[in-house]
Amino acid sequence: MKQKFDIIESSCIPLPLENVDTDQIIPARFLKAVTRDEKFFGENLFRDWRYNADGSLNKDFVLNDPRYSGEILVAGKNFGSGSSREHAAWAIAGYGFRVVISSYFADIHRNNELNNFVLPVVVSEKFLAELFDSIAKDPATRVRVDVGAKTVTNLATGSCESFPLGEYKQYCLMNALDDIDYLLQQKSKIEEYEKKSK
Amino acid sequence: MNTLFDKIWDSHVVSLIPDGPTQLYIDRLYCHEVTSPQAFDGLRARGIKCFRPEKIFCMPDHNTPTHDQDKPIEDPVSKRQVDSLERNAKEFGLSYYGMMDPRNGIIHVVGPERGLSLPGMTIVCGDSHTSTHGAVGAVAFGIGTGEVEMVLASQCILQQKPKSMRISIDGKLGKGVTAKDIALYLMMKLTTSGATGYFVEYAGEAVRNLSMEGRLTLSNLSIEMGARGGFIAPDEVTFEYLKGREFAPKGEEWDKAVEYWKTLKSGDDAVFDKELHFDAADIAPMITYGTNPGMGMPIDGKIPVPPCKALDYMGFTSGQSLIGHKIDYVFLGACTNGRIEDFRAFASLVKGHKKAPGVTAWLVPGSWMVDAQIREEGLDKVLEEAGFEIRQPGCSACLAMNDDKIPAGKYSVSTSNRNFEGRQGPGSRTLLASPLTAAAAAITGEVTDPRKFL
Repeated sequence: MKQKFDIIESSCIPLPLENVDTDQIIPARFLKAVTRDEKFFGENLFRDWRYNADGSLNKDFVLNDPRYSGEILVAGKNFGSGSSREHAAWAIAGYGFRVVISSYFADIHRNNELNNFVLPVVVSEKFLAELFDSIAKDPATRVRVDVGAKTVTNLATGSCESFPLGEYKQYCLMNALDDIDYLLQQKSKIEEYEKKSK
Repeated sequence: MNTLFDKIWDSHVVSLIPDGPTQLYIDRLYCHEVTSPQAFDGLRARGIKCFRPEKIFCMPDHNTPTHDQDKPIEDPVSKRQVDSLERNAKEFGLSYYGMMDPRNGIIHVVGPERGLSLPGMTIVCGDSHTSTHGAVGAVAFGIGTGEVEMVLASQCILQQKPKSMRISIDGKLGKGVTAKDIALYLMMKLTTSGATGYFVEYAGEAVRNLSMEGRLTLSNLSIEMGARGGFIAPDEVTFEYLKGREFAPKGEEWDKAVEYWKTLKSGDDAVFDKELHFDAADIAPMITYGTNPGMGMPIDGKIPVPPCKALDYMGFTSGQSLIGHKIDYVFLGACTNGRIEDFRAFASLVKGHKKAPGVTAWLVPGSWMVDAQIREEGLDKVLEEAGFEIRQPGCSACLAMNDDKIPAGKYSVSTSNRNFEGRQGPGSRTLLASPLTAAAAAITGEVTDPRKFL
């Protein structure tokens, strides 16, 4: 959903697993929807981890643990690998996450998050380990993400890092503009390119 | 600098956004039914048309059943998705190859075989295995649905230029070692994130010696190492494959095209951000034991990782050999290994043998064109005599969006591309391997070294 980003301060939901692939984020059977209902995808985020095979709630999974809540998902290295399905980003957005923090994101998924107003924040392994540690000690640990300054702060320890974000995407996020809004303004340039490359 | 990737990418740059991504022109967009409906919805919501409809080709493949395609799809949800694609293609004036159309099949099999994917092109599709088309010497990569909408709206997409990597496989492959084994070997060495951020050029003697089908398999699996895409510079093998195909240039246009395509190679002075060399002789037939494609090993190896969630899921133990492990299903097909050469390999191995009792085998051609060629070459007879039947084309059990689902707890030796938890059906256990290894498993009912039969 298009929304303006500025400063986000929230508690976190920790998912200390590496290589979380998009099949786990949203299983293939939920790709059959033909509309983009974020609520539907959000309800099925991590479906097969959230629910047992018999449909009952898996109480051991972090999203079902009442100690954890917030707009920030903190995940292990190589988050979002596998299939290119944008539905994974819709599910993350639909659940209510605005930020995902990891030490590494799979390329396509990272783009998909950015295009859907979920901010992927890449941090160092050290920062990530410390953050998991803070959350383990105190589930209410808060993190502050400043999109204007491109910094992320673990408010429990005061550790602060800057994260990569191109100025173009930063501008889009802070002004709630998407890429197509931009491209539609470029028609004459595209036609010029087509003539030139014939 | 001066890599083939630079040449193709740079010639498609429409503009550079200061401190932002590149606006890249796209020569070919493919749409399947799963990742496109919301993009078309987006166009309608914005009240705009497709900018260059003649450059866009649509076909359903993920949901298509592999039997009775002449009848309506039984699953109403799958049917709605396939029907949506047909309706959208019609509304926006795009080419559409529907079910039972002789041009239908898995998009990544159909593109090259119809000559829609050509050297020097930029090609995208809302599907991570779009890297397949790189085998013809194109820059091809998977995109998300929002990006599909960008291309529908403007024939452009906004992208950061990836870094470049060259992977050379030197020397000659051993007996029974295929393009699939090269890819599984690379994933074992590099892990599933080893090439993240890179576009990979495959080179070296063993790659040059691959047929076009083998090159398509290798390029297909680039994404499983995390790469944005992978490609192979075009050469005589490429030209020979493309000549005469429906959408390939004809007559004088062909000669002009080949002349240009011959310039599509990395310069002798090309500098890559990363270069890797491997020796083809080190590669054995491979099999996976875990729940990501990087968890592979030589088929006669022992599981090299300590006890973990993946091994629990698979029901394997650390240090175990998989040779002789009983299997339940065999799947030959997918955009990875659903081409004619894969069926030739499978048929050559099972010829004169019988399918093992207790094994369910799904042999799914990648397209109707592959199906026709199977019959033309008489491979259908060989397979039938050995107790196998050929199903109708589609993505099938690769991701089990249709009714081809491996039951929970069952073992499947699969020529597809992913062994993620539940990928082939909830609870399914997937062992990725080549068509030869799948064939050996199909006739013995257990994990078997295919070299025994060669």
